[in-house]
Amino acid sequence: MRSVVLALLPVSAFAVYQFGLSVLLLLITTTVVAVATEWLFARLSGQGNTVSDWSAVITGLLLGLTLPPGFPLWMAAVAAFVGIALGKALFGGLGYNVMNPALVGRAFVQAAFPVAITTWTPAFAPERFAELIPSTLTLPFMQPVPIDDWVAGLGLDAWSGATPLALQKFQQIELPLSDVFSGTIAGSAGETSAILILVCGLWLAWRRMLDWRIPASVMAGAVLTALPFWLLDPTLYPSPWFVLCSGGLMLGAWFMASDMVASPVTARGAIIYGLFIGVLTVIIRLFGGLVEGVMYAILLANALGPLISGWTQPRVYGAGSRPKA
Amino acid sequence: MALFSIFPRRKTFDHGIYPVEHKELTADKPIRRMPFAPELVIPLEQHKGKPAIPTVRVGQEVVRGEPIAEADGHVSVPMHAPATGVIRDIALAPTAAGPKAPAIYLKVYQAASQRVLFDSAPDLAAMSRAELVAAVQQAGLVGLGGAAFPSHVKLVPPEGRTIETVLVNGCECEPYLTCDHRIMLEQTAALVRGIQLVLRATGAERAVIGVEDNKLDAVEHLRREIPADLPITAEAVQSKYPQGAERMLIKSLTGREVPVGGLPADVGVAVYNVGTLAQMGDLLPKGQGLIERVVTVSGPGVERPGNFMVPVGTPLRFLLEQVGLKESFGEVILGGPMMGMAVASLDVPVTKAVSGVVVLEREDLDLAERKVYPCIKCGACVEACPISLNPSVLGELAQVRDYATMAEHYHLDQCFECGCCAYVCPSNIPLTQYFRIAKAINREDEQ
Ligand code: SF4
Ligand code: SF4
Repeated sequence: MRSVVLALLPVSAFAVYQFGLSVLLLLITTTVVAVATEWLFARLSGQGNTVSDWSAVITGLLLGLTLPPGFPLWMAAVAAFVGIALGKALFGGLGYNVMNPALVGRAFVQAAFPVAITTWTPAFAPERFAELIPSTLTLPFMQPVPIDDWVAGLGLDAWSGATPLALQKFQQIELPLSDVFSGTIAGSAGETSAILILVCGLWLAWRRMLDWRIPASVMAGAVLTALPFWLLDPTLYPSPWFVLCSGGLMLGAWFMASDMVASPVTARGAIIYGLFIGVLTVIIRLFGGLVEGVMYAILLANALGPLISGWTQPRVYGAGSRPKA
Repeated sequence: MALFSIFPRRKTFDHGIYPVEHKELTADKPIRRMPFAPELVIPLEQHKGKPAIPTVRVGQEVVRGEPIAEADGHVSVPMHAPATGVIRDIALAPTAAGPKAPAIYLKVYQAASQRVLFDSAPDLAAMSRAELVAAVQQAGLVGLGGAAFPSHVKLVPPEGRTIETVLVNGCECEPYLTCDHRIMLEQTAALVRGIQLVLRATGAERAVIGVEDNKLDAVEHLRREIPADLPITAEAVQSKYPQGAERMLIKSLTGREVPVGGLPADVGVAVYNVGTLAQMGDLLPKGQGLIERVVTVSGPGVERPGNFMVPVGTPLRFLLEQVGLKESFGEVILGGPMMGMAVASLDVPVTKAVSGVVVLEREDLDLAERKVYPCIKCGACVEACPISLNPSVLGELAQVRDYATMAEHYHLDQCFECGCCAYVCPSNIPLTQYFRIAKAINREDEQ
């Protein structure tokens, strides 16, 4: 699993480059807390050293990448703790969890801190390596300070505080694809550059560390669902390419849906599971109250995983075969 | 691989794995004769079914080829003396499986000519099918691919079934092994004679020799050598483990699947290993019995790997002295590394079932003792299992010792311990070992 960590490093590095020191601290916090929680629960349950399998590092990094850049560190720590404790240790540790721990952590903070998790900050703020986003260092159990004044102080004219997804959904403004693709936009720390995620994911697929069928079918599901609506009314609905490259779809498809533990074990199952995630994501985005649907789509598909595995288990050799008279 | 499945490809079965072959060590090594060990140890149970019953007494002198034990019923075969010598003892001897079993100890007369004296060439052409079947049993022939099932039993399909096609197994999918490859190249005439005999005995219309496409030279050679007027063809199948497993080869060559709990005869075929048929074609016309077989001795722990004609009963210790055992040798495996068995003692003899002796180095073993992680549901085992079982679920059930559920709901009894699942498991879970134990415990419970 070390190679999954390796593949996440470029994505993390870009996130830090884009949003500055705050994201560096954010990623360190989630990773350290995830690993510490893993260590603690392994101790408590007598499983020995499970940190060395790297899976907690992956969870920590992934979680950090899905959070807004200025997310208060104490909240991030809570997310990491909840992700590992509730999402993994409760089920019996690595291999027994039903859902992706990073997403469980994120879902928890999404419900607990609805404001903080939708507070976005501009990318490439001029002083991003010199100063932190004010909300980052919020004291534990305090609400973050509003960052409007700080953002205003940056002197960016066009800043609306909205992600490309929100812009599209509520104002039907579709940002240029090139921006969305390369990641020079607002959004969660690590989900903004579709191209980087794609490259790292492809590398993992080539190394056979992930099942290419899952990201491929997630993307196919999303495109196929978005296409008819866009054809119907391109001014109201986003284009399929925009759907693909915006928000957490890429990160979700390549790094979270593909989590082996929580996805079906059969080849056909993987495709059904991926399509399900892709379709559901777009439906939530277009018709749900939420701006982004990847997280809930994946969690729901995770829950269905074992069921899908059961349905798609290939027929046992000779089971349907009848003797020749 | 599924990505490329749209392109036409060789005949094959579903799933399976691609282990490193290591066949280059011995593939071009012609079969050479192994000298006689000072003493041969001939277990009475070298085949599936009932052990043979000794017909000699301690102190009796025997001539090479002379019967020394008779078959006990239909599913059993006789034994013949692999060398001229004297019976020293009939006693327990170590076996590959572990527990000791009765065997005949034969002290070899090193000065004897070792000519096979039991020649009484029968008139094969005049024999009826039943007489042919009896002759095959008398020759002590068993499946030399490793299964060691008495060959004559498969010649007679159960009531209501007919055998249309004889499949000849020249796949040799186990890494390291090349003895069947050499047999196809060097003993072609005997092989063709053996196939003809089986065609006659079974009444089948045709025979197809299935060879993995890593041995295309053998396919071409066979196509050249087989007389055009015979209904025998050679066919290349994909090189993929376990292509040489009976049920896999049937699927690859005929597209049919043997029904669960059924026999190959249920889909109109019988499968014979090339080595078995080459021996049959050689022995039957001369009226002789099986006293030696071709064995690949290979692996990184061996100085001079090669293919050898080895007298049955040769102790491994003697065999390995001849090829030179490296200082660093670790485990000695009978058969191939995928399905073979590691032996506990070098006093274990080569039996009719031993197609190869693979010696690994100590380093290889350290690698084998890797840390076991929990199952991460990666599905690699599901994609590998040639029977399409779910080794992931089976493994978890085995860990909680729920052997009954494994058998009732997850087809444990269909697992033939091919080792594919354990080979691909990134968590190093010894799945095949779990299943072997689970099956043994279920068998005990049934009794
Ligand atoms: S050992 Fe059994 S379960 Fe494992 S791959 Fe082979 S047949 Fe399938
Ligand atoms: S290969 Fe091993 S880790 Fe993967 S699903 Fe099978 S048992 Fe689990």
